[in-house]
Amino acid sequence: MTAVLPSASRARPAPSARRMLPYAGMAVVVLYCLVPFYWMVVSAFRRPEDQFDNAALPSPWSIKNFTAVFKPDVGFQRALLNSLVVAGVTTVITLLVGTLTAYALARLDFRFKNAVLGLIIATSMFPGISLIIPLLKLFSDIKWINTYQAMIVPTLSFALPLAVWNLTAFFRQMPAELEQAAMVDGCTRGQAFRKIIVPLAAPGVFTTAIITFIAAWNEFIIALSMVNKKEMQTATVSISKFTGAYGFDQPFGTQMAAGVIVTVPLVIVVLIFQRRIVAGLTAGGVK
Amino acid sequence: MASISTIARGVVAVVATVALAAACSSGTSSDGGASAAPGQLTGRGPITLAQGKDTSGNVQNQINAWNKLHPKETVRLVELPESADQQRQQMVQNAQTKSDAYTVLNLDVVWTAEFAANRWVSPLPKDQFDLAKFLPSAVQTGVYRDNLYAAPWKTDAGLLYYRKDLLQNAGISAPPKTWAELQTDCGKIKGADCYAGQFDKYEGLTVNFSEAVDSAGGTVVDDQGKPNVNTPQAKQGLDFLVQGFKTGLIPKEAITYQEEDARRAFEKGKLVFLRQWPYQWALSNKAPKVKGKFDVAPLPGLNGPGAPTLGGHNLAISSFAKNKATALDFIKYLTSVDTERLNLVASSEAPTLASLYDEPALQKKFPYLPTLKASLLNAKPRPKAVRYNDVTTAIEESAYAALTGKMTTDQALAGLQSKLGQLIQP
Amino acid sequence: MSTTIAGPPAARGRRRGDVRGSGRLAGMLLSPTVIVLALVVGYPVIAAFRESLYQRGEGLDANGFVVQGDKFVGLRNYTDIFTGPNSGAFWNAFGNTTFFTVVTVVLETVLGVTMALVMHRAFRGRGFVRASILVPWAIPTVVSGLLWRWVFQADGIANAMIGRQVLWTTEGFHAKVAVIIADTWKTAPFVGLLVLAGLQVIPREVHEAARVDGAGAWQGFWRITLPMVKPVLLVAVLFRLLDVLRMFDLPVVLVGLHKDSVETLTMIAYNEATNLRYGPAAAYATILFLYVAAVAYAFVKLLGADIIGDMRQKRTPRPAPPKKKRLTVPAEVAA
Repeated sequence: MTAVLPSASRARPAPSARRMLPYAGMAVVVLYCLVPFYWMVVSAFRRPEDQFDNAALPSPWSIKNFTAVFKPDVGFQRALLNSLVVAGVTTVITLLVGTLTAYALARLDFRFKNAVLGLIIATSMFPGISLIIPLLKLFSDIKWINTYQAMIVPTLSFALPLAVWNLTAFFRQMPAELEQAAMVDGCTRGQAFRKIIVPLAAPGVFTTAIITFIAAWNEFIIALSMVNKKEMQTATVSISKFTGAYGFDQPFGTQMAAGVIVTVPLVIVVLIFQRRIVAGLTAGGVK
Repeated sequence: MASISTIARGVVAVVATVALAAACSSGTSSDGGASAAPGQLTGRGPITLAQGKDTSGNVQNQINAWNKLHPKETVRLVELPESADQQRQQMVQNAQTKSDAYTVLNLDVVWTAEFAANRWVSPLPKDQFDLAKFLPSAVQTGVYRDNLYAAPWKTDAGLLYYRKDLLQNAGISAPPKTWAELQTDCGKIKGADCYAGQFDKYEGLTVNFSEAVDSAGGTVVDDQGKPNVNTPQAKQGLDFLVQGFKTGLIPKEAITYQEEDARRAFEKGKLVFLRQWPYQWALSNKAPKVKGKFDVAPLPGLNGPGAPTLGGHNLAISSFAKNKATALDFIKYLTSVDTERLNLVASSEAPTLASLYDEPALQKKFPYLPTLKASLLNAKPRPKAVRYNDVTTAIEESAYAALTGKMTTDQALAGLQSKLGQLIQP
Repeated sequence: MSTTIAGPPAARGRRRGDVRGSGRLAGMLLSPTVIVLALVVGYPVIAAFRESLYQRGEGLDANGFVVQGDKFVGLRNYTDIFTGPNSGAFWNAFGNTTFFTVVTVVLETVLGVTMALVMHRAFRGRGFVRASILVPWAIPTVVSGLLWRWVFQADGIANAMIGRQVLWTTEGFHAKVAVIIADTWKTAPFVGLLVLAGLQVIPREVHEAARVDGAGAWQGFWRITLPMVKPVLLVAVLFRLLDVLRMFDLPVVLVGLHKDSVETLTMIAYNEATNLRYGPAAAYATILFLYVAAVAYAFVKLLGADIIGDMRQKRTPRPAPPKKKRLTVPAEVAA
């Protein structure tokens, strides 16, 4: 079929400038995002005693801050693992549950649909810190303190609304006709959804997954309140417990080093995944 | 458009439903609150110690030593976040949920009244502690309405750090005892700012404000526990800081200083005098620019030596904990002479037992101990208020407004007096 | 989007018939989400509403103990917020919250959309840009708050770069600026990522069509690209709104509690709860909740047509507006 389009062309900038422009834009975006991060990395690599230098590069370089993060009594490895479990499980559950819900909201017609959408987002409107004490009482009663589920279930509460609304928006962006065509071809509704919509919406689903994972990975106040055993604490909680060498010492360098440690692998994994998954799925979905 | 308003209606409907449900459930009985049975410290078995940073790692060492001797009554360290606010928050949450997760609480000296009045901590048997051996000011921080709720463990008081090299070069032989002397001394020294303390809007400002008021002979809260801050003496104290900022005696940026900012400024050689806690001693002796060039003295005041504000931490037993008998033994162990001595050596945190300040071996290692002891004997506590957090916020508000020129000292003190009157109940 | 695609009429008819029986299916698909949210949010929210009608005892008995027990006070916690002695703090926080929301959301939307467009245009290096855009968003808020605190301290790098000593963390407009800079840096990428995904989801043919059209980059953006990503953009902005309205940890870490210049409504609620005034704290939280709900309502009502676009299309089918291009999606795509 053809796209019905009037094709009028206009004067465009010189080709070379046109080609350069996006790259200049990219450079600006990269600088915007990475310059403060650069400062974080540089601060992490300074010696604790030069922590407040304003020099562009550490001199001398030092990995003291990084070794401090991984001091055995801090238990940061274990904390990273806990964060991975909490954020990973939260992301998987959120995507599974959220996809179903979003599909229903995007594609099915039923009463109270708007009330449901409203209800889901309304849960994102209450200040999170006000939910802590009631939840703490509840979880103490059912003996959930110091468990993964005590961190995962409340984290779902802010991950789900975002995921549902996002996925609903992405699914709605898909032309319904694609699915219908597939169903005419003999697919069930579920098959049509799984084989057509999800692959097509892959960039959206993937982005939602990243955002959910990061939100869960960075969650602090719930993880802090629901756990009092060191073996169960997550990375952000562990960072809040970093101490300097003495009473009033702000362990700034160590915290920055920890920030680098929790951020960089995340970004690298995303980088790898997006090549594989997004490329794979989109290639499979659209011819 | 119909659907848009429907969705909006959906949002509103949800709000309404929830509100309605709330109204319906409001009949449930209110929180009666289990009253703590006083004096009954019974039960033995494993316990926990909840506290913030164990910066030196020495608390863990001492716990390990205890656990070796008491294999059936082991102690587990529950580390709370680094910030004092969050430590308190976690302890309050623990009490709100009546959880037995924390047994022994490491309380900041200013929290005693609140924790005691809410029955979150059990009273301690006074007769089982040899209180006469402790610094009296430190003991008082653990007392609420004549009952001991927290055993004095670590104490603290502000000192005047001064650059003895700069003073010597200017021909000044002794550190200043009064604010006037301090000002004259600075007049003779060029190339460095005169004085700083901790003036950011946080707990440190309450400490510095109280010190200024007490050092001018005033009070924030008097001996009977009544606020009495709108006095000429208090005004002179606050004026010292306000005028300091106005005349440049105190550098402008000191309004952002907390402990570490002030320490860095001092170690960069930017300051002649600094009000600071004892912890800085060891650190500044490693800082290349000021190493060996500074000393400490008691804080100066209006007409003579000033009165520092007490800091420190005490040990209390959570009302909702199990195995309180073990907890009591553990507290006695931590506050014993040998343990406190070891802790001083390992962490350089000031002990609460008076005799340790006089031990020659310790004085050799920590030359500031005699000065610190003198300061501690002269030290004043911050207001003992059940609503301490509100009290300190009110003090910070007023002091900050005066220091930044938003209010005159008269306005600030009058406002503070009336606020404290509402917050502190007789 | 919804209005620009005209599907074959047969499919439309079939879908409508099909859709009628889907109530039960919808119920099944929705229930997990609703159950989780009811448990984790519903219960605490109801508890908080109840709490907001009570006041905790603050009086002391003869022995200095706090008199235990909550007292039912009706709506007094609410009226106190507006007319009590601390109403000034409330309106100040209300103003700050609104100011932060308007400024940061506008900045983040503009920056985020720009970032997404830049990334979408680039063919080489997109992966790298996308990874770097993720960095600010991925850093835990507490850590990035600290980072900015150090950047903005008196002898920090910000002052070194501008060559003047601005005391960023003291009271004043500069403290607001510091918070806005830090928040925008951290969350513009959130908008950028979502909008980029929205751009990627647009079928390739539409892009090609837009390119062939050549109506000028700017016009193309306004007339084709923006309407296409509008649903995703609106969701992104909506969630930014919800987040900024509840902003808490960034100003606390960066500037500090009790600083009037940056005190937000959540900070007041937190402060009340910290001081054991759970009733007033719950009342503040409830008022904030209502405010957030009102803003979300207004937002959806004013701009939200496309969030629920296909409903409208279904109920009132109408032809594509004459000014817009008619696009049809090749049927082979579905095969």
